[in-house]
Amino acid sequence: MKISINSLHKAFESRIRLGIMSALAVNDMLDFNTLKDLLDLTDGNLASHLKALEKEAFIDVKKTFVGRKPNTRYFMTKAGRKAFEDHLKALEKLIRGMSE
Amino acid sequence: MKEQKDYIRDIAEMRSIMERSSKFLSLSGWAGIMAGIYALCGAYIAHQTLDFRPGEQGYTTGNAAELPFSLQHLILLALAILILALGTAIFLSGQKAVKRGEKLWNPVTPQLLFNLAVPLAAGGMLIIILISKGMIGFLAPLTLLFYGLALYNAGKFTYEEVKSMGLIQIGLGLIGAYFVEYSLLCWALGFGVVHIIYGIYMHYRYER
Repeated sequence: MKISINSLHKAFESRIRLGIMSALAVNDMLDFNTLKDLLDLTDGNLASHLKALEKEAFIDVKKTFVGRKPNTRYFMTKAGRKAFEDHLKALEKLIRGMSE
Repeated sequence: MKEQKDYIRDIAEMRSIMERSSKFLSLSGWAGIMAGIYALCGAYIAHQTLDFRPGEQGYTTGNAAELPFSLQHLILLALAILILALGTAIFLSGQKAVKRGEKLWNPVTPQLLFNLAVPLAAGGMLIIILISKGMIGFLAPLTLLFYGLALYNAGKFTYEEVKSMGLIQIGLGLIGAYFVEYSLLCWALGFGVVHIIYGIYMHYRYER
């Protein structure tokens, strides 16, 4: 098979990370609890995946206070959007290539 | 290595997350159908029982006590329809959300409600002002007009069809404002017939 699997980014191998990126792709910002509900994850699980994406600089954090409670919101960086779009294109190609 | 069907499932899941996180999709078609039925009953009662004939009093300004119909009863009737329709919509949408394994209150819900509420509140206040000044000729068309604006505005946060429904309501509102004698008919068409048609369409398209 000629299509390179390398174009599929390692960070997106996990379906959960892909889910986080999908949600952030269509929302300016989402907070931790919203993501948790949306993807149906535990705190620890979501936190570790968010950290991994943060380390790749695909997402970034904005910390604010709602009253006295800290509120952490996540958004997609430019690099993250590009990586996500490339990944989508690669997925598309892969599927098309396989069905031919 | 992953197989093709895994990738396809990945994409399907991503799509679903994008949709669920940016659109309110628990809106029930049945809610539209029921709201339409309430509205038709209401319009019938207003016409037959309360003698509400917008054309005849036209654009008159003056004392509400001189009107040929009871303004209080008309307002009560309108409020009753509104509460019934809203209650039914919330109840049925809640049921649909449960069926879809989602929550009625999701991140999109406040955005949807806010976008609905701004035009509706503006229209509601204008109507209260008009009533207080005795200008009641435009009540029915104005409710249609502002409701249409609210739907159009909120359409981007839910099914696309809501937008076109908003445009139809705006159109009916304007027609009703020009031909005041037909304004109750336009109202019944907009809140009644259009709701029922869209409700049936949405039910068949998205809920089966």
